[in-house]
Amino acid sequence: MKISYPRSVGAISLSATFIGASMLALGASAAYADDDIGIVVYNAQHESLGVAWAEAFTKETGIKVTLRKGSDMEFANQIVQEGAASPADVFLTENSPAMALVDGAGLFEPVAAETLAQVPENFRPSNGHWTGVAARSTVFAYDKTKLTEDKLPKSMLDLADPSWKGRWAASPSGADFQAIVSALLALKGEEATASWLTAMKENFTAYKGNSTAMKAVNAGEVEGAVIYHYYYFGDQAKTGENSQNVALHYFKNEDPGAFVSISGGGVLAASQHKENAQKFLAWVTGKGGQAVLRDGTSFEYAVGNGEASNASLTPLADLHYPKVDPATLNSAKVTDLMTAAGLL
Amino acid sequence: MISGYKGHSQPSRNVVANVVPFESSPLSANAFPVESSSAARRFLIAARGRTRIPYLWVTVFAALVSAVSLVPLGFIAVITVQTGWETAAKLIFRGRVGELLINTALLEICTLPITVALSVALAWLTERTDLPGARIWSWLAVAPLAVPAFVHSYAWISLVPGLHGLADGVLVSVLAYFPFLYLPIAAQLRRLDPAIEDAAASLGLNPWQVFFRAILPQLRLAICGGSLLVGLHLLAEYGLYVMIRFDTFSTAIVDQFQSAFNGPAANMLAGVLVACCLLLLIVEAVLRGRERYARVGSGAARPADKRALGWFLLPALALNVAVAVLALGVPFVTLTRWLYIGGTDIWRIDLVGNAFIQTIILAIAGGVLATIAAAPMAWLSVRAPGRLQRIFEACHYYVGSLPGVVVALALVTITVRLVLPLYQTFATLFIAYIMLFLPRAMVGLRTSIAQAPVELERAAMALGRTPFQAVRQTTMRLAAPGIAASTALVALGITNELTATLMLSPTGVETLATKFWSLTSEIDYVAAAPYAVMMVLLSLPLTYLLYVQSRRATGQ
Repeated sequence: MKISYPRSVGAISLSATFIGASMLALGASAAYADDDIGIVVYNAQHESLGVAWAEAFTKETGIKVTLRKGSDMEFANQIVQEGAASPADVFLTENSPAMALVDGAGLFEPVAAETLAQVPENFRPSNGHWTGVAARSTVFAYDKTKLTEDKLPKSMLDLADPSWKGRWAASPSGADFQAIVSALLALKGEEATASWLTAMKENFTAYKGNSTAMKAVNAGEVEGAVIYHYYYFGDQAKTGENSQNVALHYFKNEDPGAFVSISGGGVLAASQHKENAQKFLAWVTGKGGQAVLRDGTSFEYAVGNGEASNASLTPLADLHYPKVDPATLNSAKVTDLMTAAGLL
Repeated sequence: MISGYKGHSQPSRNVVANVVPFESSPLSANAFPVESSSAARRFLIAARGRTRIPYLWVTVFAALVSAVSLVPLGFIAVITVQTGWETAAKLIFRGRVGELLINTALLEICTLPITVALSVALAWLTERTDLPGARIWSWLAVAPLAVPAFVHSYAWISLVPGLHGLADGVLVSVLAYFPFLYLPIAAQLRRLDPAIEDAAASLGLNPWQVFFRAILPQLRLAICGGSLLVGLHLLAEYGLYVMIRFDTFSTAIVDQFQSAFNGPAANMLAGVLVACCLLLLIVEAVLRGRERYARVGSGAARPADKRALGWFLLPALALNVAVAVLALGVPFVTLTRWLYIGGTDIWRIDLVGNAFIQTIILAIAGGVLATIAAAPMAWLSVRAPGRLQRIFEACHYYVGSLPGVVVALALVTITVRLVLPLYQTFATLFIAYIMLFLPRAMVGLRTSIAQAPVELERAAMALGRTPFQAVRQTTMRLAAPGIAASTALVALGITNELTATLMLSPTGVETLATKFWSLTSEIDYVAAAPYAVMMVLLSLPLTYLLYVQSRRATGQ
């Protein structure tokens, strides 16, 4: 009796197809997995800026750069968990708290001295474990058809006032706004920050992303939004259709709302390509990288010694921003406070 | 997005029959497994204990897949214990979670009845009335499936930028998901025996009473199954609600993930979300009840008469036109407008072409892998059903009801902490795809294996074929269309998948969906348009296939 056939057949044909298709999938993966992906950059900066830097760097040096996109704190926590096994060579952020977190875990390779020499001391931490690569200023982007200058808030803290209920917006899930809160925490302490956040939860409207928040101001949905300056300039340089009714208000006065945030760059201690990673960081903070900031579409401030920012921006020196040590910004505390206030 | 055929609890075989157009009629769907299982039993008896072994390897494989499918649930449990009850309670019982629960409940409560009512009305009009161009309207009611949900909301906020909150979220959800209900309801309507309605009418019921008392109850399984599918999508969807600015658990989990990676807050939110999914499965099982509806009597049912619409023709046409305009016209007009504004500059072949190729490779490889992973279970559930198999099958179905963000969160944490070699690899991404789309793969496979009775293999062997030849020449051939359909359905799901791909993909991988997403996040709606168009174009043939299959299944 040949009755036992289905045993082998079922199993054999299944495993045959399985092996076949696994080969197919592996083949598919292998087709991607280029042997030489060069250096891996965890890029929390805007994708367009990251790509502009990477392409120009590769063109100049021939070193390939592969970008992974994500956000500041996502990557920072990810790098901490990856530890010594991190596949990343370089970490680029929009704001400092994420850099501080990784540095706190001791996962950065000290930045090469020549690179540090390219950046003024106030734009990098004193321990030299990472460096500033660009900067951005907090602004109050407002609807100029609705608000006149005398009706603008004098300080960002005024937005907690009940009179501002329902009138302003922010993107609390973004690293940008969380960096602003970390500056508030550093300047005014935990208690003041917690109560400001609680009042904010009452008053503000949440948007996902600063550009979306600015678009809402432009459309008249809210009167103003706490965002960074370059969203406005970027849109003006394109079509201006999302910012034609918008004007920028700089708080100045060393107000927490005048916070200038340092975008950071660092080489990871776990990197297998330290030499090329250091070259990349040196290039970004040097002439080439800073020129991308000046001439490109990012409209972020250049930070390199003697490097000019885009001419249409209000000069950094005129912003009267508060002195905050970028190395001390506490992101974990900020996430906790914002989670407690119901913003996350 | 058509992540449609995920999310059937095991006991819902009848529902699968109703929801899924690939299944033939409910009668035959019931008949096949019964027939073949008794065949298998006879076979088992004939072969005595020896045949228990044949299925051993298949069973081991199915058990393995089931075990993997339990990983997300196990992850939630372990991480909750690790977090500690005190912290966990603090993160679960807080105002924000309450808000999200209310949002989620309101979304389900508002969307589902509207979707059901709309789908029943459309199905009735296209199947049972003399509506002019019924075939075209019926195709137009299925076509919105080709537009991923987050492209629907992209189209809407491009048109009306101020859209936000519950009401607008419900509007877009209904438009994006109603075909999931329309398909099974229309299919069921086509199968009903009009004799029952005649009997009801002859007993003195007026047409409305006939509808509510004789027809609607027979649609119950289709409505329950379809609603479950839509309900699970509402819980899982991320992109749609981000754009429409309506916070749900999925959006909140991603917010937390971006703020703190896989911190305890994100994990606890995921726990609550999983509880919501399970609750939905239970509610559906309870509502579905145990009643079965079957036609008794000999012969085939005659086709139902088409009711004359009379003066109702105009409102009926207006409804169909309105739905087509809102669900298809809006995406079409906005996409065309952005493409026109963008001109040729936005078609950068190095970017769009690259994302297109990567998407296709991922979709096909994922489709094949998911089909293979589901095959042993599908084989077992047809050829050797039993208690153990039913438990395994339940695992296969439950995991597909989980949102992508939960599966991704679990896999990220597990790979980074325990299995680093798999971290950020294609293997992990494919495991996520297999988990998310197992039920889709099961559906086509089960039906097609059921249609290939084991007797054919025996006959082939009696005629001198080797076992392998026998299977290849009978069962494999008969099952081929089902296998292809399963692969295609999974591929379609992967094409439009966003959250798991974002969180798990290897560095450097960009799909159409992730690229579209990063561009819309920077409100570059113009540059995002080509990616949306490519996703729609990839989905259209599969949607058409679905439509054709659903009509063929009922012999039309």
